[in-house]
Amino acid sequence: MNWIEVAVLAVGTFLIRLSGPLLRGRISVSEETEEFLKRGATVVLVALVATSSVMSENQWAGWALPAGVAVGGVLAWRRAPLAVVVVAAAATTALLRLAGIE
Amino acid sequence: MRSRLIRAIGPELLRDIAALAAGILIVGASFGAIATAEGVPWWQSTAMSALVFAGASQFATLGIMTTGGGVLAGVAAGLILNMRHIPYGMAVGGLYWTSLRSKLLGTHLLLDQSTAFALAAGGDRRRARIAFWTVGVVMFAVWNIGTVLGAVAGRFIADPAALGLDAALPVILLSLVLPALRDRDTLLAGLAGTAIALVASLFLPAGVPVLLALLGLAVMWRGTGSKKREAAS
Repeated sequence: MNWIEVAVLAVGTFLIRLSGPLLRGRISVSEETEEFLKRGATVVLVALVATSSVMSENQWAGWALPAGVAVGGVLAWRRAPLAVVVVAAAATTALLRLAGIE
Repeated sequence: MRSRLIRAIGPELLRDIAALAAGILIVGASFGAIATAEGVPWWQSTAMSALVFAGASQFATLGIMTTGGGVLAGVAAGLILNMRHIPYGMAVGGLYWTSLRSKLLGTHLLLDQSTAFALAAGGDRRRARIAFWTVGVVMFAVWNIGTVLGAVAGRFIADPAALGLDAALPVILLSLVLPALRDRDTLLAGLAGTAIALVASLFLPAGVPVLLALLGLAVMWRGTGSKKREAAS
């Protein structure tokens, strides 16, 4: 790895981050549009959660990972505090792996 | 002054952020440790964490370049992974689009987590702004401290997979978007988008599938259209 790679990735990432608000500036942001854009970000986040729960490096991640996310998800749905949700999810996945279930 | 800051942010938000910060610290440490193991000097992995500040893309770029995938492939994979920040910026960019300094800093702090926390504040713009900045600044601190610790202390840091952190981090994002999913249209769009993303992830490079999930919004569109027709009839 050298400086050029770090610099290109850094500048490229910054420009990507910058482009969202700039695109938004070109379209009128009515309240409806605002809601629509928020929904869009929510949908991307949900899909990110789903794909990162079942895939690891473009392969099936095994059962331990989605099981932990599912346990955390149910607790979150029942409005448990975030710290409880996080510890339960991590513990489920960690214990399953400890038991030899990938 | 410190207690005033804590009061402005709110103890509940701080508690939630603390859970996130602990996880990100360890993941940052694992990034630093892996980079060191691959022969990357500590100041270079730290510079990457400070300047790129996007975890998944850093792991991907490092992984591809150190396994001989080439510079172009490594950087391209990282940038494609980061494309999801475009819809994030469109949704929450208004929160920091004020002074030039705020625009530049806010842009660098645009993350999965800062976006999710800001969205979770709902329509309260003041809460959303506080959540965005607090999460962004805390993440920046722990991600970089973690990277340095991992790069220097390397093998003494625990393995994130053994701790189940790969389950904890998506679950934090899930908890934050759940309230928005109580809205039926958003839920349907989310389910459709997720189905599209999961199928796409079988054959498209990481980063593209979550963007294709935006097609799920079309479901909602038809949904409101039919509702309007119902109202008209």
